[in-house]
This record gives sequence, C-alpha cells and structure tokens, in this order.
Amino acid sequence: MKHLLGIEGLSRDEFYLLLDNSREMVEISRRDIKKVPALRGKTVINMFFEASTRTRSSFEIAGKRLSADVVNVSATGSSVTKGETLLDTARTLSAMAPDVLVVRHSASGAPAFLARYLPDTAVVNAGDGLHEHPTQALLDCLTLSEHFSARSQGIEGLRLAIVGDVLHSRVARSNIWAHLLLGNEVRLVGPPTFLPPELKEAFGADSSQCRGRLEVYYDLKSGIAGADVVMCLRLQLERQSQHFVPSLEEYSREYGVSEKLLARYAPNCVVLHPGPVNRGIEVSSEVLDGPRSLVSKQVSNGVAVRMAVLFLLATGKDTGETTIA
Amino acid sequence: MPKANQKNWKLVLDGEVIARSISRITYEILEKDRDLSRLAVVGIRTAGEVLGRRICDRIAEIENVRIPFGVIDITLYRDDLSMSRAQPTLKGTELPFAVTGARIVLVDDVLFTGRTIRAALDAIIDFGRPARVELAVLVDRGHRELPIRADYVGKNLPSEKHQALRVRLKELGADEDGVYLVQSAKEVNK
Repeated sequence: MKHLLGIEGLSRDEFYLLLDNSREMVEISRRDIKKVPALRGKTVINMFFEASTRTRSSFEIAGKRLSADVVNVSATGSSVTKGETLLDTARTLSAMAPDVLVVRHSASGAPAFLARYLPDTAVVNAGDGLHEHPTQALLDCLTLSEHFSARSQGIEGLRLAIVGDVLHSRVARSNIWAHLLLGNEVRLVGPPTFLPPELKEAFGADSSQCRGRLEVYYDLKSGIAGADVVMCLRLQLERQSQHFVPSLEEYSREYGVSEKLLARYAPNCVVLHPGPVNRGIEVSSEVLDGPRSLVSKQVSNGVAVRMAVLFLLATGKDTGETTIA
Repeated sequence: MPKANQKNWKLVLDGEVIARSISRITYEILEKDRDLSRLAVVGIRTAGEVLGRRICDRIAEIENVRIPFGVIDITLYRDDLSMSRAQPTLKGTELPFAVTGARIVLVDDVLFTGRTIRAALDAIIDFGRPARVELAVLVDRGHRELPIRADYVGKNLPSEKHQALRVRLKELGADEDGVYLVQSAKEVNK
C-alpha cells in the first residue's frame, strides 16, 4: 500500500488490514502515556487547502501519538495565497523529504495528481472535492464494528441508509464503496435533486462483480425501514446544497431524521453523522444526543484510524504491487 | 505452514522437554520471591503469549492463585520497521493490571539478538514503572546484539547465525510441541 487515495479500488484484505490495525490503535489513546515510538524520525505534512477542524487535528494527533514530526500547512497564510500552483507547492514541500503528505483540497483528484508527481512520498487523501474521504469511511466502519462486535459477521450483511445530499458528499461516496466492498445493502435516501439516476451506474452496482446492493429511495420512511444504520449527511449550506432544495424548512420536514420516525421504521438502528451537524435540519437534536447516536465515538475513532493509515503508509517498504488507486 | 517432519528440520526439543522446562522455570520464578502479591506474567505475542499462559497455569496448579497475565505486541516498538518489507499487522497489547510497582516476568520463546526484548521493555515502561522485570525464555540461542540476558532459561542451544529455530506449539495449531533447528535461514519463511 503506497498511497490512500480512496476506498474505491481497495481490496477486502487491504480494507480489513486498515480496519484491524485501527482497532488496535484505539488502545493507545486510552493509555496514560499516549505515545508509541513507531514513526520516530518520520515526517508527516498536513496540507489543508480547505477548512477543517476534526480531520486536521485528528491527523495531527495521530501523527504525534506515533512519534512522527507533524507539520501543518494551511492555504491561508501560505504561498498558495501568493499564487503558487498546487504542484509547485507540493514540490517545495516534497523537497523537504516528508514521508507522508496528508492532503485536503476542494478539487476532486488533487491527491491523486500529487501522488503521481511525488514519487517518494506517500499521499493520503483527507477529502478531495466531491470525490472521496477514505479515512472518514474507515472510522465510520470502525465505529460500526465496535457497535456490532457481538454479531458473528461483524459489519457484513448490514442494511445502511445514507440520508441527504449524496451528490455533493465525498463522505457518502467513500462509505458507499466501503459498504459495497463488504457486501452490504446501501440505500441512498433524499430528494431526486441529490440522487441523479447515474449514481447507481457510477458505483457499478449493477455489475456482477459488485458484492453489495445499492438502491435509491426518494421517500424517507421506506428508505430507512428496517435499517441497521442510518447515516445522516450534512446539508452543505456553505456550498451548493441549498440550491437543490426548495427551502430548508421543507427539506427538514421531508428528510429530517427524527426519533419518532426512527422508533417507528428502524427501531434498532444506530445513527452516524460525519459532522459538523446542522441541528434540526438533517437530524434532530433528540436523535443526535440520544442513545442511538454514535457521533462522539466517530470522532474519537478518527484518531485511531488515522494512526493506522499513517503507520501502514510510513512503514513497510512498498513493493509497487499494492498501490491503491 | 511447514510440516514438522520436513527435510532440514531437526527436532532439538520435544514436547516432554518443553513441559519440564516450563515446570522448572515456574518453580524458579516462585523460589526467587515468595511474595506473589505483585507478580504478573507478560507474554510477547505470539509464542511468548502461549508459554506465558502455561507458566500462569502451572503457578495456579502449584500455589492455587491466579497471577495477572498480560500480552504485548511489540510491532510499534520495533527498530526495523522501515527495513521490513511486509505491511505489519497489529495484534494489540493488553496489560490488565497495574504495571507500576509490579514484579513482571516477561516471557518469550527464543532469545536471540535481544532486540525483541528491548522493544518489549520499552512497551512495558510506557504503561508504568514496574518494581522489576525478569525475563524467561524457552530457548537461548546466543548471538546477542544488545546487553540483555535471561533470568530463566529452558534450554541453552548454541547455534550458527544462519540457522533458524522454529518453535511449534499446540495452541498455535501444531500437532505436537517441538523446537526445530532449520539449516538454511531461507527455509523458515517458506
């Protein structure tokens, strides 16, 4: 494994290697001394061209708990505002010989582009445009695997409903790839403007190689009926989401996830949300702060997952055979 | 998984000798300090975990007390992470007792360069400050690269550096317990 650019294209073995190692990393954060020497002398550069609190800080904490030297670069206050191109910025940073480059960028494919031009650096996608956010899908799966640890098949054979703006969500995309890889039933729920007909085809859901099932529902009640997991997506008010719905009030009335609905249609489900949350719009406070919510677990698992990713990419020489596209 | 009766594999310790070694090591541990209140056994994954459990079971038979048992995975403490080829799989560390003030007996199957023990000591010390740490190994084959020695040794087996020792234990899927000497180092990885 040389880079982690997306969940798409990961093999099951690679996916489970990341997930199993993440599970073991959880324990380190519970120790009195939350630090192991695994990445001593390695350098991790966090290059964030987009605003981020939890992802950036959890990558930083993850690197530090593994004893790596972590450098944060954000777009504002750097040479990017002076007009430097992405490649020039990356080449400059690369000349300082980091072992891992963690990239968030508003352009889909930016991490893949950098991976192609920086041969000696492992690139981790921390969210690129509308494409993927692989560590979020991994931490969602880690959270679910803790919750469903008593099940013999673990997190396989689950019914997952993803509710909201799937079209603009890289979190949804990475999760769809992950759960199709696991052979799960994935339901995409939302208004038609968020669920264009090409979606199913884009994930190869109709091909014979696809292990899981992907279905589209425009009605919330039938979409979440019998679900084991309901994943609420953030309505991205700072971006384009609001132009795809008539009004926030109407959206909330039709697609807002409430405890009343869950109790009736998916009484045993757990709820995930990648954050930050618009309380009262995509999900009610009652659900979010209630017993089904795994949101705070998601955040604490974020560190463990990122430790596992940094550890795997920064150690073990790559043979060139397991590159992840 | 290689067959135990493979060519080039020479049996050097059979199941009976291993059982007697474990027994003797257990008595030596108990003799060294009669106070068992602070004693804990820690096995290094994977073979050391099995042997550590056997020592705990023997102590339970002899003294009728359950000694706290922990396991450590030294992967995150290795000094050759950037040299190894494979992508490492973590198996986890569990030390379900207070490390600070404990008398810890660290258990591994083979003592060779001493680097594994060095890593294990670092891992233990990250959990607290033990009163003392002792080392028990089934086989000491020499060729130390660090100033480390064992307090309890099942068998001293001087070997050539290019040779390899393979420990097979029932708990890890072997038909019989046994320690084998393998002539060429390449054979081990097959």
